[in-house]
Amino acid sequence: MSGRDTVMASIRRGLGVSGREAPRRQAVESRIAGHPSGLRPARGQLPPKERLELFVTMVERSAATVARVGALDDVPAAVAEFLRRHNLPMRAQRGADASLAAMPWAAETTLAIDAGPPDPASLAAVSRAMAGITETGTLVLASGPDNPTSLNFLPDNHVVVVTAADVAGDFDAVWARLREKYGESLPRAVNLVTGPSRTADIEQTLVIGAHGPRRLHVVVVGEAE
Amino acid sequence: MVESKKRVGLFVTCLVDLIRPSVGFAAAKLIEDAGFMVEVPRQTCCGQPAFNSGDRATARALAEQVIAAFEGFDYVVAPSGSCGGQLKIHYPELFRDDPDWLARADAFAAKTYELVSFLVDVAGVTHVDATFEGTATYHDACSGLRELGVRVQPRRLLGTVQGLTMKEMADSEVCCGFGGTFATKYPDISATIVAKKAANVVATGADMVIAGDLGCLMNMAGKLSRDGKTIEVRHVAEVLAGMSDLPAIGAPPRERTP
Amino acid sequence: MSAVVTSPAFKANAKAALADTELQKALALVEVNFIVRRRAAADQLPEFEALRDEARDIKDHALAHLDLYLEEYEKRVVAHGGHVHFAVDAEEARRIVLDVCRRLGAKTVTKGKTMIGEEIGINSFLEANGVVPIETDLGEYLIQLRGELPSHIIAPAVHLTKAQVAADFRRCHADLPRDRDLTEPTTLAAEARTVLRQKFLAADVGITGANFLIAETGSSVIVTNEGNGDLTQTLPKAHIVLASIDKVVPTLEDLSQLLRVLARSATGQEASVYTTVSTGPRRADDPDGPNEYHVVILDNGRSNMLGGQFRDILRCIRCGACMNHCPVYSAVGGHAYGWVYPGPMGAVMTPALVGIDKTGHLPNASTFCGRCEEVCPVRIPLPKMLRHWREREFERRLSPATVRAGLRFWAFFARHPRLYGLATLVFARSLAWFGRRRGRFRFLPFARGWTRHRDFPAPMGSTFQAQWRSRRRSS
Repeated sequence: MSGRDTVMASIRRGLGVSGREAPRRQAVESRIAGHPSGLRPARGQLPPKERLELFVTMVERSAATVARVGALDDVPAAVAEFLRRHNLPMRAQRGADASLAAMPWAAETTLAIDAGPPDPASLAAVSRAMAGITETGTLVLASGPDNPTSLNFLPDNHVVVVTAADVAGDFDAVWARLREKYGESLPRAVNLVTGPSRTADIEQTLVIGAHGPRRLHVVVVGEAE
Repeated sequence: MVESKKRVGLFVTCLVDLIRPSVGFAAAKLIEDAGFMVEVPRQTCCGQPAFNSGDRATARALAEQVIAAFEGFDYVVAPSGSCGGQLKIHYPELFRDDPDWLARADAFAAKTYELVSFLVDVAGVTHVDATFEGTATYHDACSGLRELGVRVQPRRLLGTVQGLTMKEMADSEVCCGFGGTFATKYPDISATIVAKKAANVVATGADMVIAGDLGCLMNMAGKLSRDGKTIEVRHVAEVLAGMSDLPAIGAPPRERTP
Repeated sequence: MSAVVTSPAFKANAKAALADTELQKALALVEVNFIVRRRAAADQLPEFEALRDEARDIKDHALAHLDLYLEEYEKRVVAHGGHVHFAVDAEEARRIVLDVCRRLGAKTVTKGKTMIGEEIGINSFLEANGVVPIETDLGEYLIQLRGELPSHIIAPAVHLTKAQVAADFRRCHADLPRDRDLTEPTTLAAEARTVLRQKFLAADVGITGANFLIAETGSSVIVTNEGNGDLTQTLPKAHIVLASIDKVVPTLEDLSQLLRVLARSATGQEASVYTTVSTGPRRADDPDGPNEYHVVILDNGRSNMLGGQFRDILRCIRCGACMNHCPVYSAVGGHAYGWVYPGPMGAVMTPALVGIDKTGHLPNASTFCGRCEEVCPVRIPLPKMLRHWREREFERRLSPATVRAGLRFWAFFARHPRLYGLATLVFARSLAWFGRRRGRFRFLPFARGWTRHRDFPAPMGSTFQAQWRSRRRSS
């Protein structure tokens, strides 16, 4: 018997089942097909305006910083401002995301933006989040050429752009959007990011900037409708 | 009139029986003051030492003995959250596979209470006639707190003791390290845990520490006296019954007599 | 080659731990930090208690349909081009990992935090076979430098002080300038970051654990704060996930509920910094990510627990709240437990995985205070399960002969109330007589352990029952 068969047989023995019981199969199939939500915390069910306010509050509580801008075209200025504020080299990297590509980067004459695969030496990256999650102040980043996963982790400074319309109430709302966008097949990695990297492994003293970014800067675009 | 009073079977607990009978008399007084008739059927132990040592057969035999001795009463009351938890929570568990006994155990459990929660929740006692001049802190013994939800009741009644100021200690809900047989099986670990508890008691500056379980009280009293602390250690029943003139737990018998 | 079991020496381990002043300093911080933060996080979410119920129900449902959810999970991993390997025991799991490493010619392997990795002793095995494993979670890295096991399931180096960490870095980091400041956690973390960054980039294979496997999507989920797990699984050629059969949950919505209780129970965060849902290897147009994605699903005795009294422990989501709130853990730390999983959950798991004959102390070293159950996000009845282990020990006559004899002696009297009344009366009176002057004993021959550390209060005199009956008779 293969390891698989042995393990399965032992599980079935433990549960006292054959694996062929129709009601059990039915229960599993309908759970997966219906993927019912459980109790959803009230804080994730706010109307759009309050939702966005709470999202910003929660993001700040996670030790990230927030900039609010009116439109996608205002993002390059916000990125430049962030880099200047922290005395960082005026250079950042981004993926192939069309909305990022369409931004007026040239208007920021001091800022160099590089598109392409992440370089371990990059100090700053700009990504576009597919969603925000209000209940925890979390950003949702999907892997792929548009926003390569390694940009979320390698550079010391991470700027994430999220539009107000993409800010969802809770996890469950984001799962719905993932299914809508990607169908049966999730992107290779879906990164839920809540604040900058940290560790408390030494004497439980919180240190921001463990292996991932030391700074997470969230640029929220637009207002709630 | 006497006939109409409800009968309470006092399960005094083996530790109180052996070490500190005044707790039993205090409990009887409080229950009687609340308008009940108290009786003390012949009894030994609730069986918890056997239950917690994995000896289910003995635990069950003792449970049957206790149920048989007490099921005729309107209520069963124990001045201990630990033994109370054994009677109320764990007895039914012991009879899961025996429908006849399970029914008896459930009925028994339903009328069984820890003393102070009985006084407040069942008898509706709102104040006591007792005096203690000084400050006290209350330790939440684990079983009473977590198995039976005893937390506000003792504080409410202690708040009506004349002259007594209550002061909360840090981590009042953390275990004192007694744990029944644990204290004898792992005395070093137990001692480390009770040292933290004693430090929290001492830090309040209180004159007295109160709890509802004699095992925990003996543990704390033993630690405090070994460390040369003069803080009195008393069972909540004794304080509520106005029996605070007795020597405290572990204190020399004649210390307080003038 | 699995992690060495020192649980039989629990008492000696505990004694050493109690005498270790550095450890005691470190443990004092656990109590304060984790407990206060968990409470604050729970208080901020009104639905927290209800979510615990749902988390429990989700895991129960998943366990009751475990065979089917594993099949669904496997199907979807394969559909995404990943590989699922079921491993009956530690040896099989190790071999699967080594085969992947060998096939890829791997020289170094980076590792995210994985308790399954600890359970199967993967590091020493890889090392013995010429593959260098590098722990990248800061805490795991620290204990790897020291050759220790983790002492906590989410804070593996919680037993260390910063001075010890600094000394280890000076010993192990070859290029470290003598004048580098290593006095604070910030500078220590920065030093580790610098050293490990190179390792991430050079590694051939990345191994992580899994907090959850999702049947609906064929995904593995890791929850971390440092970002090391993501660098571990994104940069190398292959990602190997080490999981156990109990990790599978049905859907993303079920993941929501478990995430909502996990971080709050563990560290008191609203959410951990990085929750990563990984599905299969790199896609055709992906600029990064591993080319191979393997999931090793370990049984190692867990399936045997499904049918018995210990099934509920398989709900465990490894938050560590039970140990953070345990008075015994807080006194002796995690290493005293003598294997991979410490604290209350460990005291239930360890006997099941390595045998009660070797681990009898673990379920006994509990005061049954119940605080672990009170905080468990999936409401595992931990004290009850510890008691079940004690029952197994008693049935198999594994408990010490003195304990059994004492129990028999006591039980005989307890079952004969009249005799008991007489015996206790004599006992109480004589003990009271001996203790009549001080009201307590500094030494009692039959309670040496007790009186080594504290006094034993003397009985007042006659027993309550004797006094009660004589009073009633005279009234």
